[in-house]
Amino acid sequence: MATAATASAPGPVAAGRVVRQALHWQERLALALLVACCAALAFFLLGPLFMILVKSVQDKDGAFVGLLQFRDYLGTPALRQSIFNTLGVALVVTGITIPLAFTFAYALTRSAMPGKAVFRVVGLTPILAPSLLAAISFIQWFGNQGLLKPLLGGTPVYGALGIVISSIYATFPHALMIILTALLLADGRLYEAAESLGTRTLRRFFTITLPGAKYGLVSAAMVVFSYTVSDFGIPKVIGGNFNVLAVDIYKQVIGQQNFNKGAVVSLILLLPVLVAFVVDWRMQGRQHAQFSARAVPYVARRKPWFDGAMFVYCTLVALLLLAVLGMAVYTSFIKLWPYDKSFSLRHYTFGLVDGGVIVSFFNSLRMAFVTALLGTMFIFGCAYLLEKTRGMPGTRALIRLLASIPMGVPGMVLGLGYILFFNHPDNPFNVLYHTLTILVLATVVHYYTSSHLTAVTALKSLDGEFESVSASLKVPFYKTFHRVTVPVCLPAILDIGRYLFVNAMVTISAVVFLYSPDTQLAAVAILNLDEAGEIGPAAAMATLIVVASASVCVLYALVTRVLLTRTQGWRRPAPGN
Amino acid sequence: MAENARSSEGPYLRLTGIAKSFGRFQALHGIDLAIERGELVTFLGPSGCGKTTLLRIVAGLEAQDWGTIVQDGRDISRLPAIRRDYGIVFQSYALFPNLTIHANVAYGLVNRRKGRSEIERRVAELLKLVGLPDSGAKYPGQLSGGQQQRIALARALASAPGLLLLDEPLSALDALERLRLRGEIRALQQRLGVTTILVTHDQEEALSMADRIVVMNAGRIEQVGSPRAVYETPATPFAADFIGKINVLPGVAAGRDRVRVGGRALLLARNDLIEGSAVKLYLRPEDVVVHRDPATGQGAANTLAAQVAKVEFLGAFCVLGLAPEGTDFPALSANVPRHAVDAGGLEPGAHIAITLPPAALRILG
Repeated sequence: MATAATASAPGPVAAGRVVRQALHWQERLALALLVACCAALAFFLLGPLFMILVKSVQDKDGAFVGLLQFRDYLGTPALRQSIFNTLGVALVVTGITIPLAFTFAYALTRSAMPGKAVFRVVGLTPILAPSLLAAISFIQWFGNQGLLKPLLGGTPVYGALGIVISSIYATFPHALMIILTALLLADGRLYEAAESLGTRTLRRFFTITLPGAKYGLVSAAMVVFSYTVSDFGIPKVIGGNFNVLAVDIYKQVIGQQNFNKGAVVSLILLLPVLVAFVVDWRMQGRQHAQFSARAVPYVARRKPWFDGAMFVYCTLVALLLLAVLGMAVYTSFIKLWPYDKSFSLRHYTFGLVDGGVIVSFFNSLRMAFVTALLGTMFIFGCAYLLEKTRGMPGTRALIRLLASIPMGVPGMVLGLGYILFFNHPDNPFNVLYHTLTILVLATVVHYYTSSHLTAVTALKSLDGEFESVSASLKVPFYKTFHRVTVPVCLPAILDIGRYLFVNAMVTISAVVFLYSPDTQLAAVAILNLDEAGEIGPAAAMATLIVVASASVCVLYALVTRVLLTRTQGWRRPAPGN
Repeated sequence: MAENARSSEGPYLRLTGIAKSFGRFQALHGIDLAIERGELVTFLGPSGCGKTTLLRIVAGLEAQDWGTIVQDGRDISRLPAIRRDYGIVFQSYALFPNLTIHANVAYGLVNRRKGRSEIERRVAELLKLVGLPDSGAKYPGQLSGGQQQRIALARALASAPGLLLLDEPLSALDALERLRLRGEIRALQQRLGVTTILVTHDQEEALSMADRIVVMNAGRIEQVGSPRAVYETPATPFAADFIGKINVLPGVAAGRDRVRVGGRALLLARNDLIEGSAVKLYLRPEDVVVHRDPATGQGAANTLAAQVAKVEFLGAFCVLGLAPEGTDFPALSANVPRHAVDAGGLEPGAHIAITLPPAALRILG
């Protein structure tokens, strides 16, 4: 029988039977690795999520109580209020951030104003800092002792207002990146055609620009909405008595040690994020058909009035962004806001180093480094096996699904799932609990989706026949992987590493439940310092994180440039060719 | 080049009952084919006819659902690609962009633990063979499409495979480069004597390069034969229509050797027709004989008056669109040399006479 024969001695094909190709040991190896990747993803993603489902229908003693806890929760008016607060704030933030980011992106792509590169970099700076930084900075500007407090006319910044403005700052770069990409993909030929038909500028905007960016706008809106709903640092620091779901989870778990209630709130939090995720996902699917390979990039021409207006707008936004970042940095270098504004390093020396808190910064660096290194290896390797080997279509479909789930899971939910799952006495992996490893695992899973998509996009752009050619030349797949695939995809691989590093430095929601006294991270330290009223050292720590993230980004830019000019010389045509 | 002369009897490659489906789409319906040693065979057909799938099955890059493949006396039906003996060239070249030309050509040799000097010698020999002896230090991106495809060919031939598979190797090239490489590949193949399968949708490519053409349509083989045989005596209407242009004249048999088409009885060079049965006559445009004088052969068998409807200039020759006069005879086209048109009398609107030679009128399928 065909299926029973071994690879070394495939028997003749029996008449009337479906032929099954014998597997070479290399193909078996590839499939074994693929299954291992799938199992790892399922274990470290689905396991924790499953535990949340289980806990949400149990009482504290582990007895099944059905939906009782959900009823309890929804029956408490203060808690029910959190749902409306969370959704309301997220809607307002989305409604403000998207137009702001769109105009900014529009100026960067469609105007001929000067200083575009600088504006782009400044527009993306908020990504380098933990969301807490914005909250701290706004407290310094508008808080009880705030410089601009009178501007608010008596409205306290602590509460919905503070959450909204801090979230706008934190989500702005995420929206900007997505919308920029959508606008950059626009086809210049459409504009030329419209112009040759005498279409007016305003009509061009509504008939070409907006429809072209439609999917990008929806996607950006969903990302901003999810981010705001899921974020925990901002409402914790600046939220005052304004309750939101993410903080409720924290209070249930850390304050009352009520994991079951925490699980219930997690599931309620998961719902809006999942909805946003599904909307975005379906939009993405439709978007691909939109671009043609022959699209020509749009080149902006000078229009003095328009360019001038755009320049003023971008300058204004950039100054506001820098004012937020600047205030945090400034706070870290003065003695005591607002009474003694003389320069001092005491928040760094006395506040961080002498207090021993500086260790958490080194923990963060180590965690971010390991996350970037191992995470990139796993994510790229898994994407490679997924895209470039054959067989087991079911497993492949499952991996694709698993890889897309983390985007729809708020960090708090994932973090809670991790404690529930790895703290379980029956889990053989519970030795991981309270280690740096578990922080790395949670962070890799949390940021899996974007990294995976980057890897898949890079791999799909390679010639699909490299593997076939290698097989015909009798070269093992892993050799072609390291001689061709990895070198050609190096820019994308570095990009994934940078993305994981920066996010590991700034993340707080996924790790706030998972750290131990020995593995406290910098972002968590900010939270604890702020709780203790140590706002100077908190600002100093935030500044250190920004410096570390920015350094990695600069390093990435330099390495990429060197790579492109030296080792990737093959990308350039021959001189005089 | 084929060093392993294992069995000299019988065909080099024999496919028996190869079938393949993708989901509910049946890509191949039981293909039987034998390919002789040293032959260049082309799989010719429209896109979606299954020709590339068949090639990939021969390569082991796709697994057939049914059927056997025997190469050089060895049953390779179930062997994975990496254990079969062939070299392959793709339409996209699939050269490794980050490796030099030298490293690309040596890619499969290095893995065979050959000595360094031996590899150097072999690479130099191959680069010379494809006419690019000095390109070793360059990267693929620095070569033209045609040059890249020559390198892909050198890489495929590096380990002296017994079988060379070419998957639309010329389709990505511009017209001039395509013509040049067509001749080069054929000359190289004949010099090396390597058994070769060429997949193409370009009939001209197939006619000019092949020893034999396998005409494929909808997962089935329509005809196998030499280029001349396939062109001159197409086995099926599909083969006739796909290879070259052909006039189709529907009619009814009016006797054992004649067919009535639009009120005219045409004589055929056969006498086995059953009177009253519907038939279709096929006639190549270049077989239509054109007479400038409309009075030529008045009343003679197979000669009729026609009016020139249009003249299409195609370089070396022209295609006349013809409307036969006075009967319901269908419109047809005729190829005439350019200088015949230049001589006058064949302008649109001109009245002429045409003869449809009995030997050139065929009934297919």
